[in-house]
Amino acid sequence: MARAVTTQRKTLNTILAWAVGLLIFFPILWTILTSFKTEAQAIASPPIFLNFDWTLENYAVVQERSDYMRFLWNSLIIAGGSTVLGIIIAVPAAWSMAFVPSKRTKDILLWMLSTKMLPAVGVLYPIYLICIELGVLDNRAALVVILMLINLPIIVWMLYTYFREIPGEILEAARMDGATLKEELLYILTPMAVPGIASTLLLNFILAWNEAFWTLNLTAVDAAPLTAFIASYSSPEGLFFAKLSAASTMAIAPILILGWFSQKQLVRGLTFGAVK
Amino acid sequence: MGQIQLNQVTKSFGDVQVIPPLDLTIEDGEFAVFVGPSGCGKSTLLRLIAGLEDFTTGHIEIDGKDATAVPPAKRGLAMVFQSYALYPHMTVRKNIAFPLRMAKMDQAEIDRRVENAASILNLSDYLDRRPGQLSGGQRQRVAIGRAIVREPAAFLFDEPLSNLDAALRVGMRMEISELHKKLATTMIYVTHDQVEAMTMADKIVVLRAGHIEQVGSPLELYRTPRNLFVAGFIGSPKMNFIEGAEAAKHDAHTIGVRPEHISVSAEGGEWKGVVGLSEHLGSDTFFHIHETGLAETITVRADGEVAFRSGDTVYLNPRADVIHRFDANGLRIG
Repeated sequence: MARAVTTQRKTLNTILAWAVGLLIFFPILWTILTSFKTEAQAIASPPIFLNFDWTLENYAVVQERSDYMRFLWNSLIIAGGSTVLGIIIAVPAAWSMAFVPSKRTKDILLWMLSTKMLPAVGVLYPIYLICIELGVLDNRAALVVILMLINLPIIVWMLYTYFREIPGEILEAARMDGATLKEELLYILTPMAVPGIASTLLLNFILAWNEAFWTLNLTAVDAAPLTAFIASYSSPEGLFFAKLSAASTMAIAPILILGWFSQKQLVRGLTFGAVK
Repeated sequence: MGQIQLNQVTKSFGDVQVIPPLDLTIEDGEFAVFVGPSGCGKSTLLRLIAGLEDFTTGHIEIDGKDATAVPPAKRGLAMVFQSYALYPHMTVRKNIAFPLRMAKMDQAEIDRRVENAASILNLSDYLDRRPGQLSGGQRQRVAIGRAIVREPAAFLFDEPLSNLDAALRVGMRMEISELHKKLATTMIYVTHDQVEAMTMADKIVVLRAGHIEQVGSPLELYRTPRNLFVAGFIGSPKMNFIEGAEAAKHDAHTIGVRPEHISVSAEGGEWKGVVGLSEHLGSDTFFHIHETGLAETITVRADGEVAFRSGDTVYLNPRADVIHRFDANGLRIG
């Protein structure tokens, strides 16, 4: 009978998992559906789920009114740049924390993480002023650096966890074999940590892509990424829902596709070390 | 080409001094074994020689040249780790070639040396496999291969056999000894297993709490242990220690008699006792004798044919010429 119970449990778990998954996915699904409705249908009450007149009109209007490609390009540069820059800085940092820890390493890690607990708006004013002072408001390079700094604690933490799984003796063996620090990082540590580094890259790219607070506050035209593209369609009165949805769908499509294809890597990366 | 000399070396981790001032010379071509219970500082000492740890004070000379500030890669030493520490993402060939690649050697010479090392270690058929596809013994050989291709001034082994099963361990022990004969290179070998130390070493260094208790050949340590610690550590089963009146008869605070130097009989002898546990090894039998009035247990090593049952009364005769005498400080007398 034990077997029957297990199967029953399994089915129940599967149903539960699907329910939670659908619940989380529902807003995205609703956004995508709304983007194909007319403005009137979009705000109809009671809401219409599937039997509406499917139209591509919203996409046409959005495409006409704003230059999607420019926003996309900015998003790619800001998200990609901040992620790559972050990894370059975080690999040596995580290496030293994992393999030559000092008495304060744990404190530093916690302190770094604690900066993530600070509400971002708390430092908006100083950072905004610094940007004006340096003349880098609405500048892609400035956003690359700022988003890199924002996500650096997470990158370092993730890499630190992966590196901790690599036995120190292997790095010592490389040192005995004549590898310089650079060669040790390049030929031994990095190849061994590839799965971890890949999922760190992915996760941080997604975080930077979706980051809205800084990108909205520090850009106007030139450096505005897709978050600003969406925001430009939101109106305080709640009008033009369908067009806002179309813009949102266009903005999240690239990252959704990326996430879909890399989900195995992402899940493995996020649970790495936890299950072993 | 491989004399290693430590002068007044110390090592502290924070406030804890793990190696008090220590002097030691390992001659060129010697097989030296550091042995001691866990936590005695033997691995730390090896890592200091390797350069993986910095000295707190003191200095090291390799081939007469001061190497204290020389980084590990430049000391000309090769190390074999307890965990083998192979590079899991590289094939056996690339693992063995790695130190040569780091030395920027040309590819033809790298290939020649890798093939050569592989044939010495019977790894030729496995060169294109990854470490994960090899058995423990093969991995160990790859680790040794990676060490020998560099033609180092000395090899450092950090408990290399402790992850292998018993049968493989005996085989690898002999392979390493033969390798030492073939290469005639200095080897320093760390182990907690005194059998490994006795069978492989030219010179044994017995360590306790960072102190060198005694340095000598295996038989010197067996025959003339300098103190109670060495006497108890070297030899298996352990030496019997007897204090009190019996020791006083020999003008000593403590006397030590090895189990193999006591004969046991039913007829009569110097000491009398009752048989407790017997351990039958086939070739030998170890009897644990109680109620002797000398010590809680006296261990006796007898021929495998000798049969006594638990509870039998027996008589023991120690060989007078091999009784070790120690003073109240635990130091050897005479």
